Amino acid sequence: MTQARKITLRINGHDETVTVPAHRTLLEALRDSGHVEVKRGCEKGDCGACAVLVDDVAIDSCLTLAWSAAGKQITTVTGLGTPDDPHPLQVAFRDLGAAQCGFCTPGMIIAAQGLLAENPDPSDDDIRLALSGNLCRCTGYAKILDAVAQAAAVMRAGGEGS
Amino acid sequence: MSSIVKTDDSANISYRQVGKPLPRSDAAGKVFGKTPYAGDYVLPGMLHMHVVRADMASAALVRLDVEKARALPGVVAVLTAADLPDNMAATDIPGQTGQKRLDTDQQVLVRARVKYFGEPLALIAAETPDIAARAAALVSFELKPMPGVYDPLEAMQPGAPMVQGHDNIVATHKIRKGDAAAGLAAADIVVENTFRTPFQEHAFLEPEAGLAWIDENEVINIRVCTQVIEHFRAIADAVGVPHNKIRIRGALVGGGFGGKEDVTVEIYLALMAMKTGRPVRLEYSREDSFLGHGKRHPFILTYKTGLMRDGRICGLDVEIIADSGAYVFLSPYVLLYGAVSAPGPYRVDNLNVHARAVATNNMFTSAFRGFGGMQACAAYEQQMDECARALGMDRIAFRRLNYLKTGDEISTGFIPPSAIWTEECADLAWQKLGGELPAQAKQPAGPLRRGRGLAAYQQSYGRLTFLHDTSEAWVGVEVDGTVIVRSGVTDIGAGQASALGQIVAEVLGVTLDDVIIYNSDSAVTPLAGTTTATRALYMTGNAAKMAAEALRTRLVERAAKALGVAPDGVELSANRAFVADDPDQGMAFIELVKLCAAEGTHRSELVNFQAPFSDHLDAETGQGQAHPDYTFGAHAVEVSVDSETGEVRVLRSVAVHDIGQCINRAAVEGQIEGAAQNGQGYALSEEMLYEQGRLITPSFSEYLMPTSMDMPRIEISLLESRSGLGPYGAKGIGEPAISPVAPAIANAVADAIGVRVFEMPITPERVLKALNNG
Repeated sequence: MTQARKITLRINGHDETVTVPAHRTLLEALRDSGHVEVKRGCEKGDCGACAVLVDDVAIDSCLTLAWSAAGKQITTVTGLGTPDDPHPLQVAFRDLGAAQCGFCTPGMIIAAQGLLAENPDPSDDDIRLALSGNLCRCTGYAKILDAVAQAAAVMRAGGEGS
Repeated sequence: MSSIVKTDDSANISYRQVGKPLPRSDAAGKVFGKTPYAGDYVLPGMLHMHVVRADMASAALVRLDVEKARALPGVVAVLTAADLPDNMAATDIPGQTGQKRLDTDQQVLVRARVKYFGEPLALIAAETPDIAARAAALVSFELKPMPGVYDPLEAMQPGAPMVQGHDNIVATHKIRKGDAAAGLAAADIVVENTFRTPFQEHAFLEPEAGLAWIDENEVINIRVCTQVIEHFRAIADAVGVPHNKIRIRGALVGGGFGGKEDVTVEIYLALMAMKTGRPVRLEYSREDSFLGHGKRHPFILTYKTGLMRDGRICGLDVEIIADSGAYVFLSPYVLLYGAVSAPGPYRVDNLNVHARAVATNNMFTSAFRGFGGMQACAAYEQQMDECARALGMDRIAFRRLNYLKTGDEISTGFIPPSAIWTEECADLAWQKLGGELPAQAKQPAGPLRRGRGLAAYQQSYGRLTFLHDTSEAWVGVEVDGTVIVRSGVTDIGAGQASALGQIVAEVLGVTLDDVIIYNSDSAVTPLAGTTTATRALYMTGNAAKMAAEALRTRLVERAAKALGVAPDGVELSANRAFVADDPDQGMAFIELVKLCAAEGTHRSELVNFQAPFSDHLDAETGQGQAHPDYTFGAHAVEVSVDSETGEVRVLRSVAVHDIGQCINRAAVEGQIEGAAQNGQGYALSEEMLYEQGRLITPSFSEYLMPTSMDMPRIEISLLESRSGLGPYGAKGIGEPAISPVAPAIANAVADAIGVRVFEMPITPERVLKALNNG
């Protein structure tokens, strides 16, 4: 066991100081500090449920050590938008029925945002590839793919989507 | 996107809420990250649990030493079988019936004998998860290997190691209808084949999790992800407290599919809360989840079909062997579904089914979406293609000669009360796919082969009728005109709660936004029964509709008095009560409710909906009623097969189902699309590899379910016969949607490569082997 160290994580625009040992993953650090919207599905990087944006890049927080994220911008699904100020992806996922059990949804939305930040006009294949590390057992991905495509179109048009 | 292509609109009704693609009431919470799941709850002072598991599948427990673990600072309690009362955990069918079979119970922790890999040995509670994990590593145990049996056929042989009872056969079902032997003897052609279906993991994204605490009334509260809050009774029996001292507070479930139908973490949590007096939390790792809940039963199905030259089926003999694993759990019922479904949606007057479930030292098997009916479908639809081939007939025309029609008897002699639109569904699915591929399209240049396949099905909705299923619901209106629904129904992600809101909104003439639904609490929401068996909409929907209608009657009577018309002249819609013939004459819904409140009118209603009750099926003939009703439909696919690598890709996937009446269009489509993924994985890639009972694929990098790269868009057409037993004539779709997917794929692969792979999953290795042998 290593000594715990105090680090500052910039989570959804707010600095939060946590004390964690070297082996603590970003997933554990986030969940332990109340960010339970980040889901724990496998802890092996197989399922994508724990995806967060670190400096706008979608990563599996279960494969990332908390120390390595110190000082970086971390965005979870709650930081992406709120009911009063929703992100187009959240609007599309909600309105098109892309969330069924909802457990993969936070990671899916984050992975989709990671794609759209890089490629605002993705093809169907681009979307499929970007989401291929995020497993879903409920939807067959159909409405998720629809939702990402719709959100991309809304964002290209400069809208909020709501 | 789906289209509704055929609706029985003789009733000439239109709905305002029902059937609309409304966002579900649970959707917003999920996309904004606001919905708490069972693993997200914490309490001050809570402990963290860890389960220590056996690393052999068949062994005697010689020594179990937990003293080092107990001595680790931060460890608060370690429980072994020696610390527990001698109670067993019921594995029998859950729910509110109180019925229970003998000899089905499981030891909570291993006392002397390990029967499957991963069986729990000890429970640890510690101040932190890290300490609990370190303590688990300090538990020392010695297992002495004992002869095990890992194949159900071997388990039936004389001298096989005994896992259950005196012959390892844990259930038998027979169906005898007409004279199968005579039918087969009179046949022009007899086609015989054996099909094998695999274990399957539910692979819900949310691993099992729960939090338990004891409240000021000595009630053990358990916040847990479960499909069945009615387990509070079995949990109470297992830990030795009265039934009213266990309260299950279900959370929104991150996927179930039958894998959260049995008790999972609840008993461990209750025992540890009792032992420590502190709140305790247990969250399974993914590997724990793979080891901790029952799988889909592998079936071995042998079909012997007698055919007349003209294509009629004149006799059918089916032998089914199901692997029940080390404990019984729901095997007898899964087997019964398989037996009842054995001939599929076809008329077979001379039928003999002999089905047995056999204990082995494999992982125990229990409920999984499709519940035996899916395994039967995997076989009977491949067999139908093989029969057509033997006859030299078109496979769709052959099916058409034999489909059950509305009013026909099924295998048990029961006549389903609803429409049987199999032919309509199958014809449309095949037509949408484009029919048979021409020979040159099947073998373009290069190694790729293409093929098409179809499968039709019959799948029940509603629980076995001899279980006497019931569902309660409560509906009330608040003085501000908002509506409250209370139903114990667990919401496992298919919109079970939201559907009740839509139905109640329809009846009371308000909108879904006006309704709040409280569900899934065994103490304060009326018990609505399990979210299993494709019964949730049928049972809880009918109950909510009945309660809302009873309330509506009272509200409408008051409105009629105020408006000076007869009650049947009053309409409730768009948050108003008004004269149906003169809509301007009316009042706001809120004013009506205020009027009722001022006069002390009872503004709520509690009802109990009953499914049809029946006796057990006849033990010798299997004749009688098994289920309330059945859903019918078909799935058709086109695949490509790489003849060099054996890889199968699903190029197109077409689903056509008679769902009776759509309640929420997006939710129905979601069920069908998800079923396509789950069924495709079952057919092609999801493989649980066991070595002497030891699971060697306990992760999502080894157990491969289809990703976004693997799934085609599902082309869906919905038929609405409005003939079902659910609210507004709805049938169920959760399980029906999955059954035909895998056999449709298998038939397409056989069409592509000209030989059949008789064992699923149809992996590249099996494809190449079939090609080499063919």
